[in-house]
Amino acid sequence: MSSRTRKLLAASVAGAAFLAASAAAQAEDVKIGIILGFTGPLESITPGMAASAELAMKEINDSGLLLDGKKLVSVRADSTCIDNAAATAAAERLVTTENVSAIVGADCSGVTIGIVNNVAVPNGVVMISPSATSPALSDIADNDYFFRTSPSDARQGKVISDVLGSKDVKTVAVSYTNNDYGKAFSDSFVSAFEAAGGKVTIAAPHDDGKGDYSAEVGALAAAGGEALVVLGYVDQGGVGIIRAAVDTGAFETFVLGDGMYGQSLIAAMGDGVEGSYGVIPGTEGEGATKFAEAATAAGLDPSSSYTGESYDAAALIALAMQKAGSTDRTAIRDAMLDVANGPGEKILAGDLARGLQILKDGGDVDYVGATNVELIGPGEAAGTYREYVIEGGEFKTVQFR
Amino acid sequence: MDGFLNALVVFANFVFLPGLAYGAQLALGALGVTLVYGILRFSNFAHGDLMAFGTMITILVTWWLMGMGINFGPLPTALLALPIGIFGAVAMALFIDRFVFRFYRKQRSDGIVFVMASVGVMFVLNGIVRLIIGPNEQRFADGERFLITVKEFRDLTGLAEGLAVRLPVAITIVVAIMVVAALFWFLQRSKTGKAMRAYSDNEDLALLSGINPDRVVMVTWIIAASLATIAGVLYGLDKSFRPFTYFQLLLPIFASAIVGGIGQPLGAIAGGFVVAFSEVTLTYAYKRVLEYLGFAPDGLVQLLSTEYKFAISFVILVLVLLIRPTGIFKGRVL
Repeated sequence: MSSRTRKLLAASVAGAAFLAASAAAQAEDVKIGIILGFTGPLESITPGMAASAELAMKEINDSGLLLDGKKLVSVRADSTCIDNAAATAAAERLVTTENVSAIVGADCSGVTIGIVNNVAVPNGVVMISPSATSPALSDIADNDYFFRTSPSDARQGKVISDVLGSKDVKTVAVSYTNNDYGKAFSDSFVSAFEAAGGKVTIAAPHDDGKGDYSAEVGALAAAGGEALVVLGYVDQGGVGIIRAAVDTGAFETFVLGDGMYGQSLIAAMGDGVEGSYGVIPGTEGEGATKFAEAATAAGLDPSSSYTGESYDAAALIALAMQKAGSTDRTAIRDAMLDVANGPGEKILAGDLARGLQILKDGGDVDYVGATNVELIGPGEAAGTYREYVIEGGEFKTVQFR
Repeated sequence: MDGFLNALVVFANFVFLPGLAYGAQLALGALGVTLVYGILRFSNFAHGDLMAFGTMITILVTWWLMGMGINFGPLPTALLALPIGIFGAVAMALFIDRFVFRFYRKQRSDGIVFVMASVGVMFVLNGIVRLIIGPNEQRFADGERFLITVKEFRDLTGLAEGLAVRLPVAITIVVAIMVVAALFWFLQRSKTGKAMRAYSDNEDLALLSGINPDRVVMVTWIIAASLATIAGVLYGLDKSFRPFTYFQLLLPIFASAIVGGIGQPLGAIAGGFVVAFSEVTLTYAYKRVLEYLGFAPDGLVQLLSTEYKFAISFVILVLVLLIRPTGIFKGRVL
């Protein structure tokens, strides 16, 4: 054997050993995909959501208890919120190239449906969305691989109907943003409100991104009603509708869906929205407080939308892995409802290490987390909502429903 | 009697005033398009984005003025910034003419070549505006919001319905009247205006009688860019500024110019109001108005859903081109 061949052989052996070593290192790491709309209409809230999910992963890694010291590694991908093809490609990369064990995401209902149908179910990967709220996701054919820590808008429609009932409002007009979210939300609200004996004078869509909404408001005003229910986005057409309605004196009271919650609404409208009210997913209790403390310590804003839900999504994946005793994708799916619901020891946010320990010892946990997680029906949150009223230029909490 | 007055007030509040303001904004935009068509002989597709460019400069100067603590009392600060915005848009229009359109004029290119070049200019301006101010909605109206609010009107008249007159609407109408009067005086009476009309009527004859074509072209661009900026700022004050919305305005503006008779300044104004009132009246739900008049309609009495607003411009355009291609005021045939 010439010296040159020998050197080559030695190099190959060294290379092979190196590969084996790195493979061993990777075996300790469990990849979790985080697919959210880092670009697109939700780009302002997704960084907080991703960081909250990673906060839960860090807490688990620091405990060192997951499956005898395995570490979670997050792999981020961009769902774009609106572009189904881009979202599907990004999810495909997570599942095939990055070989993730489970996915936190996606954020918007449209792309979430696309990813569930085209990637998650065909490949058998668990997906937990923190923020997709379309009722369509309740009866999607998901082989039980899809969960969500946010409630369906069908529930929110019912809650808004209840709020109106408590204020004795009998007739309303509805304006919804012209997309999957708005249409389904409006449908569920209208059916809940009419079932409760109320009357919807008109339910008309509005398109986002227009300069002028006076024509839309003209139709709403003609139909009339005691209040205008606005199911849109606060930085988009929703506020345009409210502005035109206030300017023309068409409506004085606005009832706001979750997409309309934001300080920018009060900044834009001032007195115009005084006395208006609405609901937003939100919880109170020890879990929420614990999460707020942990998030604030990590430099995050816990009141930003869907941060608690994101934290819970990542925590649920880890607990399900621990329960299943493996990182196998299907095993995670099968263990999910066991850890999310009772019976078992209640686990709050910030308490993940204790949960992992109990599961390791063969016990049972009931994950409560930051948002009082309770997965019902097809694996979605039952959902509590915070009812608020705008008074003195501030959002004041009335009660939780 | 009260019923009739209430019906009238509802109609004025939701149809007449919005239509009047929108019509004035379209008319100013269409005047610019029609002047460029009449004198430079091509359809300038970059007009909507020239509006956006001038408005953007006005907004930036408005913010700077606000930052300096300067305001215009009850009137929007943007009116103070408007001259600088006009200056910026004029500079941009002359720059584009010098480096794009002049080349094709020298070549004596076909009209369609100019139109395609203007599409290119449109995309470039589009990009510049988005680069500088971003694609998002900007609101820059300050000062008083209302001349009279719905509540004040109700208290004043004792009627059940109210009429809101927003300050930007009033400003739009006043400024539009002033600008149109000045423009017509200029075209009819001043020497340059007469030269422009001569050039528009017959280019060769005008050249023979010693009219300087470069000067006519320059003045045309100055007027077109000024009108574009004024229209854009008024639209932005009344509604809101978003680059994409301004790009979309191109359709109703062209519809206005063609309906009125392209190349005819009077036609542009008439066309602006025809298009605006068609859009508003056809998509309004007349239920409330009819109720006050003593009818009790079951439905909303809405001819078209509001999503069809843009389709109306298209339909008007197609109808005019089919039935009377020269438009109301006998303009050129496109």
